[in-house]
Amino acid sequence: MSIVWSMIAKRLALGLLTLFVISVIIFGATELLPGDLAKNILGQSATPETVAAFRRELGLDLPAHTRYINWLLGALQGDFGTSLANKRPIADLIATRLGNTLFLALYAAAIAVPLSLALGVLAALYRNSIFDRAVNALALTSISFPEFFVAYILIFVLAQSGLFPSMARMDATTTFAEALYRTFLPALTLTLVVTAHMMRMTRAAIINLLASPYIEMARLKGMKPMRVILKHALPNALAPIITVVALNLAYLITGVVVVEVVFVYPGLGQLMVDSVSKRDFPVVQAVALIFAAAYVLLNLTADVLSTLSNPRLIHRK
Amino acid sequence: MTQNITPRGVSRRGLLQGATALGTAALILPAGVRRAMAEPKRGGSIRIAVASGNTTDSYDPGTWDSVYTQIFNTARNNTLTEVAPDGSLAPEIAESWEASADATTWTFKIREGVTFHSGKTLTPDDVVASINYHRGEDSKSAAKPYVDPITDIKADGQNVVVTLSGGNADFPFIMADYHLVILPSADGKIDPMTTDGCGGYIVESWDQGVSGKLKRNPNYWKTDRAWFDEVELLSIVDPAARQNALITGEVDLIDNVDLNTVGLLQRAQGITILPVAGNQHYVFVMDTRAAPFSDNNVRQALKYGIDRQELVDKILQGYGSIGNDIPMGAQQPYYNTELEQKAYDPDKAKFYLKEAGMDSLSVQLSVADSAFAGAVDAGVLYSERAAAAGINIEVVREPSDGYWDNVWMKKPFCASYWGGRPTPDLMFSVAYQGGAPWNESFWDNARFNELLVAARSELDEDKRRQMYWEMQDLCANEGGTVIPMFANYVMAHTEKVGVPEVVGTNQGMDGLRMIERWWLA
Repeated sequence: MSIVWSMIAKRLALGLLTLFVISVIIFGATELLPGDLAKNILGQSATPETVAAFRRELGLDLPAHTRYINWLLGALQGDFGTSLANKRPIADLIATRLGNTLFLALYAAAIAVPLSLALGVLAALYRNSIFDRAVNALALTSISFPEFFVAYILIFVLAQSGLFPSMARMDATTTFAEALYRTFLPALTLTLVVTAHMMRMTRAAIINLLASPYIEMARLKGMKPMRVILKHALPNALAPIITVVALNLAYLITGVVVVEVVFVYPGLGQLMVDSVSKRDFPVVQAVALIFAAAYVLLNLTADVLSTLSNPRLIHRK
Repeated sequence: MTQNITPRGVSRRGLLQGATALGTAALILPAGVRRAMAEPKRGGSIRIAVASGNTTDSYDPGTWDSVYTQIFNTARNNTLTEVAPDGSLAPEIAESWEASADATTWTFKIREGVTFHSGKTLTPDDVVASINYHRGEDSKSAAKPYVDPITDIKADGQNVVVTLSGGNADFPFIMADYHLVILPSADGKIDPMTTDGCGGYIVESWDQGVSGKLKRNPNYWKTDRAWFDEVELLSIVDPAARQNALITGEVDLIDNVDLNTVGLLQRAQGITILPVAGNQHYVFVMDTRAAPFSDNNVRQALKYGIDRQELVDKILQGYGSIGNDIPMGAQQPYYNTELEQKAYDPDKAKFYLKEAGMDSLSVQLSVADSAFAGAVDAGVLYSERAAAAGINIEVVREPSDGYWDNVWMKKPFCASYWGGRPTPDLMFSVAYQGGAPWNESFWDNARFNELLVAARSELDEDKRRQMYWEMQDLCANEGGTVIPMFANYVMAHTEKVGVPEVVGTNQGMDGLRMIERWWLA
C-alpha cells in the first residue's frame, strides 16, 4: 500500500507545479489577445480618454509581470481577488457555478457510466450479434452529431411537447428532485455524447482479454459466458476502462459550454467564455485553474484505481 | 430673459389625422395586429428574456452597453428627463426646465419628495454628483462625450444649473440618456456600484449574465407607472433557446426575435410578434481619409451599387425599411422628406466611377456578425449586386471577438450599427461631426460642421429645419456612410402581456422603459 501513498504524494506535488505552469500560460495567452478589459467593456463607445481612465483605475496600466505577480501572491494566500468587470468577489462568483457544473457532470455521469459499462459488457458478450451492432451504431451516431444538434432534437421531441422544461433554470429554492427534473435534458444530451467512448473502450478491453489462456481455462471448466466476463475478464480490463471514464468525467466538467448555452444553464463554461471575451483575467485564471485541477485530480484518481486493480503493482517482490 | 423651450410633441389627435411634416416617433400598428386595449392594471409577475447580458455586467452606470443592463437599470432608476413614447420629451426627476436666450445655460427644477429605495430623499446635490461622475479627466464612462460640453453644473436651491460651452436647444434630450441616472451621493460623489435607485423597481438580486429580480417600489412617485409586482429579467443569448422559452411558457416576453425563424414563431399558439420601427440602423462605413474612399465619386458609386430593398427583404425578412444614407428614421423630427431616395442603379454607379476616372474598382469590405445580425450575408449580397456596376467587393470575414477594437475605425471599409438617437443633433454630434469620438467615417465636412453648431443653438423652428435638411443632404450625398436599412426592434410575447397603444421607438423595448410602462393583461 505504501507504494500508492508515495505515488499520490508525488503526483500531487507535480499537479501543483502543473497548475503554476498553466497559470503562467493562461495569463500569457490572455495578454496576447488583442484589446484589454477596458476596451472590451466600453466596446463600441470607447474613446481613448475613457479607456485610459479605466485602465488607470483597474491597474491595467501596470506592466504585465507586475500584474501577474500581484495575482499570484493573492492566489497563494487563497485570495483570487475580484472580477475586474463588476467587482464581484471571484470566490462568490464561482461558487454557485462550480456547484451547478459539478451537479450536471455528476448527474450525467451517474447515468452514463453504469449505462456504458453495462452496454460494453453486453456487447462483448454478444459480440458481432445484431444487438452488438445496433448498440455500436446508436452510440456512434449520437457521438457524431454536434452537441447542440442533439440538444435541439431533444428539446424538439421532449420539451416542446411539454414533458420537460427547455430551460434548466435553478435557483436557491429549487429542491433536489426538482433540480433532477429540470436538468434532465442537458444531462441526457451529455449522456448521449459521452456514452459511446466509454462503452466501446469497455467492449474492446474485454474482447482483448477473451483470447487469453486463463479465460479459455475458465470456459473449459464449463463456466457461463457472463460469469467468465464479470469474474475473470472485467477485473483485468479495469485499468483502461477507468482511464477512459476519468477522461470523460473531466470533459463533463470542462467542456459543456455549448450545452450550457442551449439549455440556459449557468455553469463555469459560460463564465469562462464571457470572461475571455471581455479579458477579465482574474476570472479566466480562476476558472482555468479549476478546469486544470479537475484534470489533474481525475487522472490521479484513475491511476490510483488502476494501480489498486492490479495486484502485480501492489505486491511487488 | 429666459424662455421655455417646449420639446416638440404631437398630440394623439394630430397623429391620427396623419403623419405631420415633422413625422413622429410614435408607432401606428399595422391593421391585423390585435392588441390588448385594456387599461393597465397592477399586479402579477413577469418573466422577460433578452438576447444580451453577460457575466461581466456591472452596476456601474458608465458601462451599460447592452439592452439587458439598460432596461434593468432603467427600471431601477430615473433620469432628469424622459423620452415619451411619442418621441417628445417629458419631465422625470426634473419637473421643468428653462434655458437662457442663447441656450447655453439650462436651469432644471428638481422634483421634491422623491426618495431613493434606501429612504434617502433625492436632492439637487445628488443630481450634480450623478452627472459629474461621467465628466472630467478621470471619467471612464461611455457617456463622457455627451456631457463633455458641460463646463459647469451646480445646485441652486431646488434647481440645478448647467452651463454649456456652446448653445444647445436639445440639451434636455441628452439628460434622458440611460447612462445619466440619478444615484444617491455622499460628499459630492456617487458610489457607482450602489444597488440603490429612485426608480419604480427595487433590486432583489442580480446574478450577472443569468438573471435579475426586481420588486415594485411601493413609494414610487409616479402613480401611473410600474404595474408589475415582480419582474424577472433573464439573459438568454442563444436565439433558439430564447424562442423555446417563450413557446414552452418559461418566459412571457422576448426581444430580438431570430428573423430566420420568425415564421415558425408566428404559427405558435398564443404568441404575438411585435415589430417596432425605430432608429436602429445597419451601416457599411468607409474611411473618407483613405483612397479610394477619399473621392466622393467612389462613395456615391458604392451608395448606388447596393440593393437596399433586397437587404430589407433577405436580411431583415421584411422587418425593417430601406435607408437613405442618413442616420435618422423617417419618424424623427426634422427628417428630410424631400431628399431623393437612392435606389439600386448600376448605371449611375458606373457613371460615378467614370467621374472618379475609373473603369472598375476593387475594395475589401470587413464584416462580422457582431457588427449586426446578418452582416456577413449582407456583405455577400452587397458584393453580388455591386459587381454589375464594375465594383468588385471582396468580403473579408473578421472574427466577432474584438471586432470593435480591431476592425471598426481601423479597417477602411467595414460593417457597423447604430441604435439611433432621439434628436438629429445628438446623432450627428457623436458620429458625423468632424473630430467626434465615434466619427467612424472620419468625415470632416466644413459646411456640415458649421451648420451643426449653428442649428444646435437655433431657436427658430423653420431656420433650424432648413439647416437639418441641408445637413442630411450633405450626409447622404457626400458622407462616408452607406445606410442601406433600418431594422425594426422585433419582440414577441404571450397573451398575458399588456402593451400600451403607443410604443416608444427611440430605443428597443419601448425606449428601454417597458418594465415600468407595460402590464399583465
